[in-house]
Amino acid sequence: MSAHAEAAGHGHEHGHHHGPPVANRSSRVDAPTLGMLLFIGSEAMLFGSFFAAYFFVRVVNPNAPSHWPPAPFHFPVFVAGVNTCILVTSSFTMHWALQSIKRGNRAGLKAGLVATIALGLAFLLTQAIEYAHVGFNTSDGAFASAFFGLTGLHGAHVFIGLSLLTFAAVRAFRGHYTPEHHHGVELPGIYWHFVDIMWIVVYTTVYLL
Amino acid sequence: MRNPFRDEGAAFRLVFLTIGAFGLIAIGSWISTWLGAAVAIVLAAAGVLVVWTGRRERPDRLRPRSPDRHRILVVANETVEGEELLAEIRRVTAARSAEVYVVSPALNSKLRTWTSDEDGARDAARARLDRSLARLRAEGLVASGAVGDADPVLAVEDALREFGADEIVVSTHPEGRSHWLERGVVEAVRDRFVGPVTHVVVDLERQAGAG
Repeated sequence: MSAHAEAAGHGHEHGHHHGPPVANRSSRVDAPTLGMLLFIGSEAMLFGSFFAAYFFVRVVNPNAPSHWPPAPFHFPVFVAGVNTCILVTSSFTMHWALQSIKRGNRAGLKAGLVATIALGLAFLLTQAIEYAHVGFNTSDGAFASAFFGLTGLHGAHVFIGLSLLTFAAVRAFRGHYTPEHHHGVELPGIYWHFVDIMWIVVYTTVYLL
Repeated sequence: MRNPFRDEGAAFRLVFLTIGAFGLIAIGSWISTWLGAAVAIVLAAAGVLVVWTGRRERPDRLRPRSPDRHRILVVANETVEGEELLAEIRRVTAARSAEVYVVSPALNSKLRTWTSDEDGARDAARARLDRSLARLRAEGLVASGAVGDADPVLAVEDALREFGADEIVVSTHPEGRSHWLERGVVEAVRDRFVGPVTHVVVDLERQAGAG
């Protein structure tokens, strides 16, 4: 999409133009999607720093990797596994919502968004319950700090994703989206899948490995 | 490489790729810590390889938007004012309703591209385009156009988003004097887009000599 900011036949106003020149947009990705890509790139680096801290704590622990997490801590692997299933399912409902509006099915869009929000809330609620019963707190050493930092960072992203999806749902119920114009759902959808992907990484590295 | 977050569908597929990759790493780790590490390294290397080599994109079929009017997309650099190109456009548009869209890539040096110094290149491309359009309109043709990306294939791809063409005409200098031919631009356009692609060779030196 680089060429058309200066399409001939439009805007021959060289003598009268004020302000910055017309943006030269480039290239295969439109500007909102490129913005989302850059945002996700920065998010990946943010998570990367937390992973680095977590793995550092793990590597310097004298009992790792044979005994992890260090005694007397233990992870609720099953509950977190159920939570993973909930979040992965929410990616399906998100995809269903997008496919629905692309086919002009508004009811499917609304149902998909509501289901995704419900599943996201279930994820956050389960994580809050897990925190309450995990048996350690942020003040219980570097391991606990890294655990809560990493999973809490992800929980915050789920919350942001839920906020974006709520805005999209409100607009969907007000009839704002069409099969041709649904960027307001597409971008939260991309973000939601990114949050899902990050959880799979977090769950595998923290709970399973 | 195609952006894995280019749209929601692509991001959704990436969820499954992630599940598969990290599932393999987890299984490997349960068997042996070193096996898990080896699987992670192999998958990371495979990922880097995919990014490095890039994926060949599927060709796009031309999608004409006007059944009543033949639409021609012309991509040309300095040859945009060449007689051979005008003759080809006259031939293609003869005895039928036609519309021409000229895309003039903003040719630039690599150093200037890297430093985002594009103003001069775009001004030059704009001047070429304006002269070309004026000449086409003087011949009675419906003509419009735009300055395009320095990469001619990308410029065509961009232009096709706005101008549904029936055919593409690529204009170059003769063999030996054409950077585009050296870089295989015509073949790249033919590979990238399914539809008629005509290559016109414009000899500006001969044209200048004759003039």
